[in-house]
Amino acid sequence: MKTLESVLIKHPFFENLEDSYLNLMTGCAKNIKFDAGQFIYRQDEEANQFYIIRQGKVALEICPPGKTPVTVQTVNEGEILGWAWLVPPYRWRFDARATELTRAIALDGKCLRKKCEEDKNLGYELLKRLLPVIGRTMEATRLQLVDVYGKRD
Amino acid sequence: MVPRPFKVKEIIRESHDTVTLDLQPEKPEKEPGFAPGQFNMLYTFGVGEVPISISGSSSGADSYLHTIRDVGKVTHALASLKRGQKVGLRGPFGNAWPIEQAKSRDVVIMAGGIGLAPLRPALYALLSQRDQYGNISLLYGSRTREDLLFHHEFETWKGKYGVQVKVSVDTADRDWKGNVGVVTTLIHRVSFDPSNCIAMICGPEIMMRFSAMELVQAGLEEDKIYMTMERNMKCAVGFCGHCQFGPAFICKDGPVFSYDRIKPFISTREI
Ligand SMILES: Cc1cc2nc3c(=O)[nH]c(=O)nc-3n(C[C@H](O)[C@H](O)[C@H](O)COP(=O)(O)OP(=O)(O)OC[C@H]3O[C@@H](n4cnc5c(N)ncnc54)[C@H](O)[C@@H]3O)c2cc1C
Repeated sequence: MKTLESVLIKHPFFENLEDSYLNLMTGCAKNIKFDAGQFIYRQDEEANQFYIIRQGKVALEICPPGKTPVTVQTVNEGEILGWAWLVPPYRWRFDARATELTRAIALDGKCLRKKCEEDKNLGYELLKRLLPVIGRTMEATRLQLVDVYGKRD
Repeated sequence: MVPRPFKVKEIIRESHDTVTLDLQPEKPEKEPGFAPGQFNMLYTFGVGEVPISISGSSSGADSYLHTIRDVGKVTHALASLKRGQKVGLRGPFGNAWPIEQAKSRDVVIMAGGIGLAPLRPALYALLSQRDQYGNISLLYGSRTREDLLFHHEFETWKGKYGVQVKVSVDTADRDWKGNVGVVTTLIHRVSFDPSNCIAMICGPEIMMRFSAMELVQAGLEEDKIYMTMERNMKCAVGFCGHCQFGPAFICKDGPVFSYDRIKPFISTREI
């Protein structure tokens, strides 16, 4: 547990988080490893965890019917993977696949959801930290949508 | 200024819509040389003339490499030229990337799509005096892996010169093992000292704007971020006003500008 806490404390996601909350989050965390090609989660499955990627790379994929999967985003070392665990209906919308050996810290979202309901202050702290992650993804998606590298009209 | 006659010595197909032309003067005269960032006006007979950046020179010769993306009338004519055919060339014009100013500093180069072409001579200049610079990073974004330019050089840049090369594409299939996402996401994946760093950006305007904002957020000062602006051009010597951008003419005051200077105009719709 000590090592987990020392990893979490250094991560920007947990910067300036109260000690008691950091302890609580450490209690909900575990180390996890995925082999290259292994799915971390699949579309429509229940979203009960989120991940801090420590090493490796994860592809978020969408598979149009009858076509080969398309990667829409990669998540790399130091980044946060997944936020569907905090928003009903708590289901993943994409597939997440490790493209290489990936080590991560998995946080128990189901447990954290419950704690957030009980302690709104914790809920707010977590939301404040997750919103920039969601915001950055949305901004990136918009830029991908405009097809900046395409030909001009 | 009349175009000088050049001929196509070599053609390199870079991608499905982009070629590099190696242009040599018809009469072997001493060419004026060029600074990284400068461009020539290339004229295809009977079609028209467009500004195209210099993307390098072939060794030993008074030649210019021009990497051209086929987007319209003139670029299509240029991209369709065959070996031995002629083009008219005026130039080099414009100012240069801040290669001297970057000495003793880290350098972050951010390119989007065809934007790597004007930046390649800058990278070559940095690498020719590698020990004079700190960490050098190349962050390159493109639409798909098929659109990536100069990828055969990435390994040399990484292996021989220690450049932190990071590439990202907008979408990919499973065969692509690299990054997917916008180029700005790569900024946090390389190390540089924001208080002692120069950034050079070239690509579509939206990409440059978001890249500059992200670099500022990472701690770079606005006057340490440089980018090239593109506008339609005619005379290329500051007379006709075609390429006016705010108070500046891109052809003679640019195409390289510092972000603090052009920030008020870069997000203005009408300009
Ligand atoms: C200083 C400077 C340096 C440049 N360097 C290069 C270079 O190294 N390589 C290169 O390929 N181009 C470069 N360009 C852009 C190039 O000049 C234009 O693509 C060219 O003028 C288009 O002319 P055209 O007759 O082929 O297309 P047009 O017939 O004028 O346009 C056809 C279509 O293409 C679109 N279009 C025009 N320009 C662009 C563009 N830049 N990107 C995407 N779509 C466009 C138009 O909106 C239109 O829809 C540079 C421009 C400037 C100002």
